[in-house]
Amino acid sequence: MTRKLSLSEAIREAMVQEMRRDSNIILMGEDVGRFNGAFSVSKGMLDEFGEKRVWDTPISEAGFMGIGIGAALTGLKPIIEFQYADFMFCAMDQIVNEAAKLRLMSGGQASVPVVMRAPQGATGRAAQHSQSVEAYFMHTPGLQIVMPSTPYDAKGLMTTALRKNDPVLMLEHKLLYGAASPGGGKALTDTTISDIGSDVPEEQYEIPFGSADVKREGTDVTIIATLMMVHRSLAAANELENQGISCEIIDPRSLVPLDEEKIFESIRKTNRVIVVSEDIMRGGVTAIISSLIMDKMFDYLDAPVRRVAADDTPIPFGPASEKKVIPQIEDIKTAINNVMKD
Amino acid sequence: MNFRKPKEIATPIELEGYEKSFLKLLLLRMLRAREFEEQLYYLFLTTQMPGTMHQATGQEAVAVGVASALNPDDYVTSTHRGHAHCIAKDVPLNLMMAEMFARRNGVCKGMGGSMHLCDFSRGMLGAFGIVGAGIPIATGAALSSIVRGTKQVAASFFGDGAINEGVFHESLNMAALWNLPVVYVIENNQYALSMPNDLVSAVSDLSSRGCSYGIPGKKIDGNNVTAVYEATKNAVEKARNGGGPTLLECITYRIRGHARFEPADYRNKEEVEQWKKFDPILRFRRALTEHSIFTEKDLKELDEQVEDEINAAIEFAEKGEKVGADDYLQYIYESPLEGFMK
Repeated sequence: MTRKLSLSEAIREAMVQEMRRDSNIILMGEDVGRFNGAFSVSKGMLDEFGEKRVWDTPISEAGFMGIGIGAALTGLKPIIEFQYADFMFCAMDQIVNEAAKLRLMSGGQASVPVVMRAPQGATGRAAQHSQSVEAYFMHTPGLQIVMPSTPYDAKGLMTTALRKNDPVLMLEHKLLYGAASPGGGKALTDTTISDIGSDVPEEQYEIPFGSADVKREGTDVTIIATLMMVHRSLAAANELENQGISCEIIDPRSLVPLDEEKIFESIRKTNRVIVVSEDIMRGGVTAIISSLIMDKMFDYLDAPVRRVAADDTPIPFGPASEKKVIPQIEDIKTAINNVMKD
Repeated sequence: MNFRKPKEIATPIELEGYEKSFLKLLLLRMLRAREFEEQLYYLFLTTQMPGTMHQATGQEAVAVGVASALNPDDYVTSTHRGHAHCIAKDVPLNLMMAEMFARRNGVCKGMGGSMHLCDFSRGMLGAFGIVGAGIPIATGAALSSIVRGTKQVAASFFGDGAINEGVFHESLNMAALWNLPVVYVIENNQYALSMPNDLVSAVSDLSSRGCSYGIPGKKIDGNNVTAVYEATKNAVEKARNGGGPTLLECITYRIRGHARFEPADYRNKEEVEQWKKFDPILRFRRALTEHSIFTEKDLKELDEQVEDEINAAIEFAEKGEKVGADDYLQYIYESPLEGFMK
């Protein structure tokens, strides 16, 4: 049976159901217990599982990340919540040098089954609470990265993540949570967010990593997008439908591993592609994916791959500036029109 | 810069109340650590060994005193200078030596080398090449023992340089806050590469660093193996019985340079000569013969036994199959990812 769930409810349901099944899973992070999490994702979990499974930590990202790794090496499966993705940089050594490298350094003796969760994306909170961090971690072999754009995907990807034996990073978009912050009044929202994928089954299910999802079928141009950009691309595609342009939208759902085949299959049909991401242009995810397409699909392309990404700047506070820096529906429409003209 | 004189630190080596077999084990472990590294040094000189290494010559009593107070299933984290810690935790010499030679039958399958030795079957969770990185990981192993209810204790070895890293403080705070069964061991060899304690630490009494977190700190003659053993035994017992963490400062001396052929000419010659006279193996041997526990002849036999063990380990390693070019592929993830980009 399915019900409508918000993204934060879907993530919580996945964690709670798997924690009931697997007593080795613990949750750690800042304000995740008594306060229910800064975005309410862990609401009620301290009450249900108690203090030995839900750990309210001090503000010590490197410390509790390392503790999570030590726990993972010795039989537990910690879920580590970073309050904002930007704060992960405090724990960079533990994530990059330890969690990601331990399996190889130990010749396969070590498994580090930690699931890191972090909210990202620009929502008027200025430079240190807005960054999209996926490229840093895509550059870190040993990690796997999932990015759910819908509640359905979030539950399935989280369930899969909790059954992996390697470190997984789930990046979540603050605008997609659909729930109010306990301290912050009303829910963050954006009128362009589609309600696709909000029907979520009650029972547990897994979405395998490396399985992209076609969020919209089309024939003229392929749009590859993640998180909030899936929703902006859907809005752009709906507007362009009236002008006779048929867009297909592919959400990779996991950046590592990346479902190359589903992306290539779409390109074989459309022969035109744009890549959209909220992280920055320079050294970003769009650069990695478009070079992959150029390497392996050049013969199928009728036009150069176009990229839509954030400007190469820290995210500014002023709303007009933030809006200009972050890809909007208009930017995606312009890129589609350009790739159609090429 | 005033150097620490061994005379100010040295305490008498107590041998009362120990089984002869236990004293023999302590000596054997120290001799193995020393001989292992002496042979490595020779192998590097003759360019038979790839990579680099950091010797703990003169620091063996810390490794052996601490590890000998632990149960086989207790946990240890180590450092870039970690051979002696592994040997003290009974990691097989053959497997360690094969790892040094980058052989497939190495303890880490030739993927880790000197700085990443580990053996999960013996609670040896890893030598970490990043200073301080093992501190939160040991803390996490201790947390895991509480969650799983196993009564295991974790000990973390780190140098005097590591106490200036943030994770040292973050870990001590959480360990005290949550009363975790962990023993923190500052292996104070008095130099962080070229920098003596008094040029990098605002306080000269490093064991006092625990007081911010309400963790008792104890200063020990680190070249006195039974003194280190006794102090650790008390700390381990306390931790196992729910008494929380302890900080041990074992004062010792790095007889050699920082790494391989580093000459350490930033040190006063007289200082080095004084400390050589307080060599922990020399002192322990003297005590053993003075108390008529062993004769010179007995000791010579032990020397020969250890020499044979190390020679056998070298032979084992040399016979091992060399790491192949593609070996690493199986150790990046639990199962190789699709879409490996190359």
